Order: sequence, then structure tokens, then C-alpha cells
Amino acid sequence: MSNSAASTRGSLQMTGIFKSFANVPALQDVAFQVNSGEIHALLGANGAGKSTLMKILSGAYSADQGSITIDGQPVVIDSPAAAKRAGIQCVYQEVDTSLIPQLSVAENIVLHRITASGGSPILNWKSLYSEAEDILKRLGFAIDARKQVSELSLAEKQLVLIARVMAEKARFVILDEPTAPLSIEEAERLFTIMQELKAQGIGVIFISHRLPEIFRVCDRITVMRDGKRVSTLPTPETNASEVVHSMLGRAFEEEYPKVFAEIGEPLLTVSHLAAGRHVQDVSLEVCSGEIVAVVGLVGAGKTELSKLLFGAEAAERGTIELNGKRVRARTPQQAIKAGIVLVPEERRKEGILVKESVLHNLSLPMLQKITSLGIISGRSERKHGDGLIGALGIKTASDRQLTGYLSGGNQQKVAIGKWMETNADLYILDEPTKGVDIGAKRDIFKVIGGLAQQGKGILYLTCEFEEALGLADRILVMCDGRIIKSFAYGAASHQDLLYYASAGREELV
Amino acid sequence: MKHQLAQFSYRYGALIFIGLVLIFFSVYNTHFLTYNNITDILRSISIVTFVAIGITISLTVDGFDLSAGSTVSLTTVVSAAMMVWYQMPLIVVIIVPIILGILVGLLNSLLIVKIRIPDLLATLAVMYIISGIHRTYTKGYAIYNNMQFQDGTKAPGTMLDSFLWIGQGRLLGIPFPVILMILAVIGMHLFFKYTRGGRQMIMTGSNEEAARLSGLRVNRIRTLAYVASGIFAAIGGILFAARVGSGQVDAGSSMQMDALAAVFVGYSVFGAGRPNVIGTFFGAVLMGILVNGMTMLNVQYYATDIIKGAVLVLALAVTFVHRARQKV
Repeated sequence: MSNSAASTRGSLQMTGIFKSFANVPALQDVAFQVNSGEIHALLGANGAGKSTLMKILSGAYSADQGSITIDGQPVVIDSPAAAKRAGIQCVYQEVDTSLIPQLSVAENIVLHRITASGGSPILNWKSLYSEAEDILKRLGFAIDARKQVSELSLAEKQLVLIARVMAEKARFVILDEPTAPLSIEEAERLFTIMQELKAQGIGVIFISHRLPEIFRVCDRITVMRDGKRVSTLPTPETNASEVVHSMLGRAFEEEYPKVFAEIGEPLLTVSHLAAGRHVQDVSLEVCSGEIVAVVGLVGAGKTELSKLLFGAEAAERGTIELNGKRVRARTPQQAIKAGIVLVPEERRKEGILVKESVLHNLSLPMLQKITSLGIISGRSERKHGDGLIGALGIKTASDRQLTGYLSGGNQQKVAIGKWMETNADLYILDEPTKGVDIGAKRDIFKVIGGLAQQGKGILYLTCEFEEALGLADRILVMCDGRIIKSFAYGAASHQDLLYYASAGREELV
Repeated sequence: MKHQLAQFSYRYGALIFIGLVLIFFSVYNTHFLTYNNITDILRSISIVTFVAIGITISLTVDGFDLSAGSTVSLTTVVSAAMMVWYQMPLIVVIIVPIILGILVGLLNSLLIVKIRIPDLLATLAVMYIISGIHRTYTKGYAIYNNMQFQDGTKAPGTMLDSFLWIGQGRLLGIPFPVILMILAVIGMHLFFKYTRGGRQMIMTGSNEEAARLSGLRVNRIRTLAYVASGIFAAIGGILFAARVGSGQVDAGSSMQMDALAAVFVGYSVFGAGRPNVIGTFFGAVLMGILVNGMTMLNVQYYATDIIKGAVLVLALAVTFVHRARQKV
């Protein structure tokens, strides 16, 4: 692989790529190369620039500088269509944006025949279906070609997109965090398919945050950090801790500044809480000053649990007690009054108001306190807001800035900050680091540690096992709507958590 | 530089445009920029402005109110009927239409907030119901002083002078409806800017789910917004009856669209990009100036709608081109 013949024949090469957004450099002199018949992992923390790089490759963005060659020949990729002509296909993480739900599986697979200009204007349904079925059969996907895409599961939708990639005869395929929404079995199937693509001489670029799977399936690993390429190494020549170190620029322990607060009386007691399929029977306890993490894969029921505790959805059975008093919140408003607050997972949709100023976001749960006779006191609003902006280190041009313009991490600080002065006892944080850059992540961890030191209880729901291992006094593993395992700080490994979260077999303990 | 120019024109473009229109008309007609004509313009827009403020409130909570125009029609004939048919005192003549406005608002929020019919569709249905009710109530006839019924008898009452003064009188030389309008505009502007209720409405409209998860009672807030919209439409109806001195059938049907146009032109005032009362007022002013000026220039009446539509397109284009660029 190291000779020059391999690097020009059957290879795609990006060299000297620069890209800035509004004068903020996103990519600086990045070089990246993938060979035919190779699975190449692209790794980096959020904001490292990997999606920007891939968007340039797939024609969604154009680079400010730099060149792309395929088989040594320069190619111009200035639109998604140009990328497809060059044989580059991308399966984005948000599968729904690329599929047309009202059409059948077959139509979605051979969509290029429907959208292409030229050729016969009349659709030949028979050949359309047979082509799609051929591809499905070749890939070994058991999906009915006539089924409507809207009826498919998330994993099946992803398979349809991969089938489409095959239909359009891709030479290089970008898979952007394809395993994030998949179950273990589904992910396994995807890896088999990736091996098959590789065997057919397709170059696969694989983006993932899950190190174990990267080490299993990838031939080489490229790590990016802060818009630059840090390293490209064959998988056998590196290891997980080295990769983490290059991703973060520092070691794991520095990443998670664990705070040991004094753990007091039980604060929250949940018994046999249940609602629907997602929360079947949950009992748990959070003490004051304690950070309890609930980990589980996507779909384990964490978000639903958080919504139940916050009164945003109705429980069918079970009881919630806070400070020994029964809480019967049927609306978030009542939960807040009782002392429970939630930082929801969908930050931009639920956590903050993107079209409103930072100041107005921060004062929203506090309006009662800063108004008299219905009139808002502008002075106390600013005092309160500016105080929080300073205390949390929210990076914003001014308190009048629209919150949507802040970076993900700073938006999250606003989403947490708005609760800071509400005298809540229990903070529920649902995936608080989703889409948050590495610097802001540490700030958020510090804020959470600070809350624990004030004697607040923290319920930290996450599918990032590393965070739970680094931060929590206790880790509860959730699977299929139940809490199935509990670990004290330092008692569990990443593998343990993954094992219980995915298999969920209590009896094997 | 280019960016700053774009920002400036986005913020002040609408006001500059109004200024240019004023200059244009006053150059072409010396009577245009006289005190009488200006008060005329303001009086002509006062009723539409009330309806438009109501619609602004419903749009603020991210709703929509298509029933405001028919509420004007209903309350116009009801206030006239209170006097002409039932000889009620002034207070009743004013209170009953306002109660009707509240009821329409409650009906809208029942459909939208409780039953969860999309706002546009729910208020469309209510628009039909309300305008049907008001035509049934009047049997399609206008209500005027001592009107003759179909059986030959005459209605007992006449429109009260005190009532007519609301629409026709002057205070310190300023038409009373204009004073009411200015008070309403300032009052609602202050409401949205400085009160908790106003802020809660804006927040609810900005992102209902985030507002709910922040502890706002979004259903109550949205209900109040529709009720407020109904009340403002009812005031519009009262003013209309007082202005023309009778209860005209379908008085409000043209007002619905004129009010909507004013609200959407208002999006572009000061670059707000969202419903706002001051913008709505200037939107109504611009439309009033255009109609008045073109009438003076003897532009055919029907042709004024072409200009109104074009201005609306312009304002919307400014707002939405800007919005597309600044995707939050």
C-alpha cells in the first residue's frame, strides 16, 4: 500500500484543502487519501472538520483551496451531481433527508433513473423494479422492493441508501456515522456489507465515534483535530488510547475532571415507573450531590424516561418522590415547581429558542421572579442574564445575540444556564454533549460538577459511555425500557457497559 | 460595506419606501400633504389596523386567524342591531360585540389548541361559520335607523349619537378612531416589549415545545392570543358601525385581507422579520397612503389592488430573502 503506484491507481486523493466559514478556518491544509478496496476510518471530535472535509468531497461545499484527484487525474467537484459523476457517494447520518418516504424502496434505490434528464420520459416499471431487486439480492438485503420507504425502520432505510449507492455505481463511498442509530445486530450486518463493498474494489470512508468497531473493520485510520489532519496510520500500527490522544490532544483523565461532591440524603426516588413500550419498569434513586448516569443505546428509553420525570409525558404506573414528597407533575410547569428541571436532548428544538436572544432564553424560566405587576424589569433581567453568561463562560458577542448563532456548546450552556437560578433540586440532562465541541464539553462537565457540589442531584442520560465512566458516581445501564445493571464509579469498563446495554442479559452476571 | 448596505436597507428599507411614496404623492398633488388629508388617511386605516393588531397577536404565538374579518362583520351588525332593533344603552352596545369577539376567540382556540386542527384550517372553518351566522342574523339586509322589516313594520330604534361619535367624532381636532388606534398600537407594543404576558406569547410562537419545556403554559397562552385577536376584531366591528352609521353586511370581508397585508408588510419594518405591532401599524399606513394617493391621482379603483399586491410582494421578498441568508 505504501508504494506510489497504489496511491495513484485506484485511489482518491485530497491535497492541501483549505476551507473557512466567515473567516473562521474549518480546514487547514488537509490531505486525505483513500484507496479502492480499502475501509478507511475518519476520526475526530465534533468540530474537528471531518464533516466539512466530507462535504467538500461530496460536493455540498466547495473548498477555498486544494485539489482532488482520482487515479491521479484532477477532478472538479463543485456540486453533488459532479461528485456522483466522479463516482463518489455519501450516505449521510440523517437518512430521512435523502429518502422520499412516499415512494417505494425500488424507486428510492434507482432514483437516479427517475431524476436523470435524458433517456425515455416514460418510466419502465418492470425494469425499474427488477434492477432494484437485483441490487437488493446482490447485497443480501431482505427488504421488499415494493414496500413504501415510510414503513421501514431506521436500519432498513440505511440499507436502502447503501443499495442506492450500488445502483449508482459508486467507486468511493462515504458512510457518515452509519452505526449511531443501529442496534448491535444491525451494525454487524452493516460491517459485513462494508466488507463486501471492499471486496468489490470500492473505497469506503467510514466515520464513527465508536472506537471498538473502527478497530475491527477498518484498514487505516485518519485522525483530525481542529481542522487539521493529525495522523494517518494502518490500523495494526496504532491503538485506542493513542487514537483518543490524537483526537483530543490530551489523555482521557484530563478530559473528564471528576468531581467528588459530598453525597447526602436520597433526593429523587422513582419506583416502578412505566409508560408505553419505552419505559417498562424503572426504579432508581438519586441522592443530593450525586451524579447518576443512565447509559443505554439509542432507543433504550432514556429520553422517554427523562420526559416522564419532567412531566412532559404522562406516566402509566409508578411513583416519583422528591425530597420525600410525592411528585405528580402532569406538565413541565408543575415539575419545575416541584424542583425538577430538564435539559432536553434535542437542544435546538426543545432546549433553547434559536430565534431569540441569549438574554431572553436565560430569563425564560425566571420571568416570574423578574417581573412585578406583569412588567419585566429590564435591569434585573440583564443582571441575571449577564451574570450567567459570565459564570458559565458563554461565548457570545452580546446578550442580545440570537442563540441560534452560538456554537453547539454555547447553546448547551444556555440550555443548562437558564435553570441555574431556579432553585431546582434535580437536574436531568439528556445527552448534554451531543454536537458539543471538546472545549465546551469540559466547561459543561465543570458546570455539572459545580451543581453537584451545591448539593443538587444530577441524572445524566447518555449513550456516550466514556462520559458516564468519567463523570458519574453511579452508572445505571438501561436497555429496552428497564434499568438492568448498576455500577459504582470505577467499577465498570467500556466493554461492560456496552455488553449490558446491548445484550441486556441480567442472568449472565 | 456591501454587507452593511444590505443590513441598512433591510432595517430601514420599508420606512424609506414609505418616505419615497409620500414624496412622490405630495409632488404630484399639493393637497396630499395637508393636515386634513393626513388625518383622513389615518382614519381610513384605523379599523383595519385594529383587525391587523389582532392578527399580529395570533401570528405572534405562531398561529393564524382567518376569522377576524368575519368577526368584524358579525360585530358590526350586532352592535347596530343592539341599537336599532333592541334600543339598548351604549354600554350594552359595546359590551355585547366584545363578548362575541371573545367567544370567537375561544371557539378558535378550542379547535386549534384542544382539538389540534391546524390554525389556518380551523379559522377558515370558523370564518365560514361566523359569516354565515351574521348573514342569517340579518337575513342579508343592512341594519339602519328605523329600517323596514319584511312584514312591513319598522324597527323601533336609531343609532345612538354617542355611539356614532366613537367613529366620527374628534378630540382636539384628531378623529377619535385615530386616537384609539394610536393608543392600541402603543399599548400593544409596550405589552410585547415589557410585560411577562407579551414575552411569553413571543416565546411560545418562537418555539412552542421549547417554551413548554421551559415551564410556560403554552396552551393557555395560545388561547389568550386567539381571544385577544377576537377582541381586536370586535373593536374593529364596533368602529365600523360607528363610522358608517349602520350595520353593513359583509363589512369585514375585505378587511381580512387588507389586515393580513398590513401585518406581513410589517415584517419588513425595522427588519423585524416577525410579526410586530409597530410594523403592522406602518404596514397599514403604507397601504392607506397608497390607496389615498392613487385615488387622488385618479388611478382606477380596481387597479390599486395591483399596487397593493406588488408592495406586499416587495416586503415579503425583503423579509424572506434575508431570512434565507441568515438561517438560524
